[in-house]
Amino acid sequence: MSFKSNNKVVQWVEDRLPVISVMHHAIYDYPMPKNLNYLWNFGSLAGFALVTMIATGIFLAMQYTPHVDMAFNSVERIMRDVNSGWLIRYIHMNMASFFFIAVYIHMFRGLYYGSYKAPRELLWQLGVVIFLLMMATAFMGYVLPWGQMSFWGATVITNLFSAFPIVGESIVSWLWGGFSVDNPTLNRFFALHYLLPFIIVAVVALHLVALHTVGSNNPLGIDSKGPQDSLVMQPYYTIKDLFGIGVFLLAFSVFLFWAPNYMGHPDNYIPANPLSTPAHIVPEWYFLPFYAILRAIPDKLGGVLAMFGAIAVLFVLPWLDRSSIRSCKFRPVARIFFWIFVINGLALGYLGGQPAEGIFVIASRIATAYYFFHFLVMLPVILPMIERPRELPSSIHEAVTKS
Amino acid sequence: MKKILSGLFAAALGCLTVPAFAAGDAVKLPSYDWSFEGVFGTYDKASMQRGLQVYKDVCAGCHSLDLVAMRNLLDLGYSADEVKAFAADYTVEDGPNGEGEMFERAGKPSDYFPNPFPNEQAAAASNSGKAPPDLSLMAKARVGGPTYIRALLTGYEDTPEGLDIEDGMYNKYFPGHQIAMASPLYEEAVEYSDGTPATIDQMAADVSHFLMWAAEPKLEARKSTGIKVMIFLIIFTLVMYAAKRKVFAKVH
Amino acid sequence: MADGANPESSAQESGETRREFLYLTAGAMTVVGAAGALWPMIDSMNPSADVLALSSTEVDLTPIEAGQSVTITWRGKPVFIRRRSVAEIETAESTPLEDLPDPQTDGDRVEKPEWLILVGVCTHLGCVPLGQKTGEKRGDYGGWFCPCHGSHYDTSGRIRKGPAPTNLEVPPYVFLTDNSIKIG
Repeated sequence: MSFKSNNKVVQWVEDRLPVISVMHHAIYDYPMPKNLNYLWNFGSLAGFALVTMIATGIFLAMQYTPHVDMAFNSVERIMRDVNSGWLIRYIHMNMASFFFIAVYIHMFRGLYYGSYKAPRELLWQLGVVIFLLMMATAFMGYVLPWGQMSFWGATVITNLFSAFPIVGESIVSWLWGGFSVDNPTLNRFFALHYLLPFIIVAVVALHLVALHTVGSNNPLGIDSKGPQDSLVMQPYYTIKDLFGIGVFLLAFSVFLFWAPNYMGHPDNYIPANPLSTPAHIVPEWYFLPFYAILRAIPDKLGGVLAMFGAIAVLFVLPWLDRSSIRSCKFRPVARIFFWIFVINGLALGYLGGQPAEGIFVIASRIATAYYFFHFLVMLPVILPMIERPRELPSSIHEAVTKS
Repeated sequence: MKKILSGLFAAALGCLTVPAFAAGDAVKLPSYDWSFEGVFGTYDKASMQRGLQVYKDVCAGCHSLDLVAMRNLLDLGYSADEVKAFAADYTVEDGPNGEGEMFERAGKPSDYFPNPFPNEQAAAASNSGKAPPDLSLMAKARVGGPTYIRALLTGYEDTPEGLDIEDGMYNKYFPGHQIAMASPLYEEAVEYSDGTPATIDQMAADVSHFLMWAAEPKLEARKSTGIKVMIFLIIFTLVMYAAKRKVFAKVH
Repeated sequence: MADGANPESSAQESGETRREFLYLTAGAMTVVGAAGALWPMIDSMNPSADVLALSSTEVDLTPIEAGQSVTITWRGKPVFIRRRSVAEIETAESTPLEDLPDPQTDGDRVEKPEWLILVGVCTHLGCVPLGQKTGEKRGDYGGWFCPCHGSHYDTSGRIRKGPAPTNLEVPPYVFLTDNSIKIG
């Protein structure tokens, strides 16, 4: 990477700290497959959402008070008295959901096109770490307004840890800093909610280093064989990402300006009351599939393990899927089961929002079982037996010019 | 690829409708026309002024409105002097003064609506055990919002046969139907200063409109900002699309 | 272009101007959009509506006797209200302007000579001067004395000695009645 600039200042900095050459390389030299479709926009969209969350979050933190007696009213002061406070808070609230939408699509894209396979295993695993950190951050952020759902969500989720034998109770009171969710809990959740996004940024940086080391996957799932297969970031993908951001923001604005509370829950506009639990405790929509898995298992510890297991299985996915073909484009059977998996995931999401009774319980169990069946049996055992992949094109360039 | 994209979009949208399903067990609410609904919706100031009157003369006996300050009433179309005079009608406890005593003074626009009870326990004690909830966010804290409030206020009926609910405490729209608040409205419960006949329906509509404003005072700013942002974003997206087409036109 | 092909640089096209224009528009719109999104966040740090609503304070002067001082809080800062004695008014009014580092007549600093209203923040580096309570140091000129860096103020709140550059600030106020004022 020998970067030379005519500008003396630039060269001076470059000789001591190679930031400019790294940026230059990423923008003008780093080859990206030229056949990326719009599903490859969701990585940059997730990054955009992360930046938006951090920016709005910093300004909200300047007005928020993490104390049980004042938290709820301080949020309402933001909504009523702070200049543009309502806008910043609604952006933060709704972008949280859109962040998850972008990340879920990003993940499903990875699943469909086999982006987790060699040599991208670590890239994928770093992504799962980001997803985990996002869930922790989102959960703690939801507690901060100190409404009824905040309080009872915090109570229920922290109580999950009491399922572990022997140490469970000690872990829970350690998490709470007391004997119930109270002021110490709110304080530490605020501290961690402010910290974790920056850790996410750090892991995103690693995610990008890994990406630039192994290169982007592409819809064909075959390796790039040279300049005829690739494009550089500027101007091709900068423009395409900006177009994606435009569309993303249009959809976002519909919610932000005309239905800002659609994805929230009315109960969170009632101040937290430790003496009365709302009729239905429902987590935010992005947790619902995991919530369904938790409730599907009729055993407390079992449910908690299944829920964590549902994410843990993503860590080992690169070794569960043994097919050497990445893209489902050339895997006629895997493609069908991908869509069944998507539908199953949606079903879990739906079931997580339903009361745990009757048919919903049975359905949750079936869907949970299928979730694990897909990863633990379908991908490693059944698919290799029944699937005959289609022939791969010899190069990206050839496939693109033919179609 | 188009199929996958639309499939995933449908998937995402499918997820979004889940919370709506989750909240499906309430009684079906009637539908009303609200001026604040829709893309360009704005508040009806006359209705809010009447609603304020209903709140002040009827609701305020039991329900607080903690988050609303007198100065906020400027939003209802009152002048600064009218707000000052309105606030001065209230007596507010202030202090301590130099001698360490609390003292009473006339209300100022910067004061908030006073709470009818000194604390929650007192509120519960004088209302057979259950404190009347604060109304500041009521229009956002219930499924259906202002529509629910309006339906509830007009939803009192005789207890149907076979239900063990005291007469006057049956409400069609209250979850479980047994409500702890007897019908607060009766014909001519207030005398509207603009001469509008004070029917129960009218008062219910007005006070719900007022409470919607109390819960979401920035609704008008939100929608008008939204229009401007949308116009910008549509142009932005079209320009980016054109540039993207142009850039990729020569890629084969 | 080390690895990636750039077909655009390989050919001169007629759509050059249109492309340039699109790039420029795209760049400009991105900048405008980012700035437009940033402004509400910056503006959120300005005083909010509830803070602005408390930007004026009414004070009842009845309990203050001649020669006495009280301190009240206005916009988070101390405001000194002194009902000056005849002697203090006398000294303040008779001070020749050439003795003052920041020349101002006493008449310019009060509405009614009896009542001196000042923002109690030293114009040097923002400390609160002494001299409000009986027994506190009042400095060489019988007004106020800032303990931080030794600025002396006279009975009109004017700087006389020490590092402070200007006189103590007089806040905007009006007499609502003979015995009450509104500051702010």
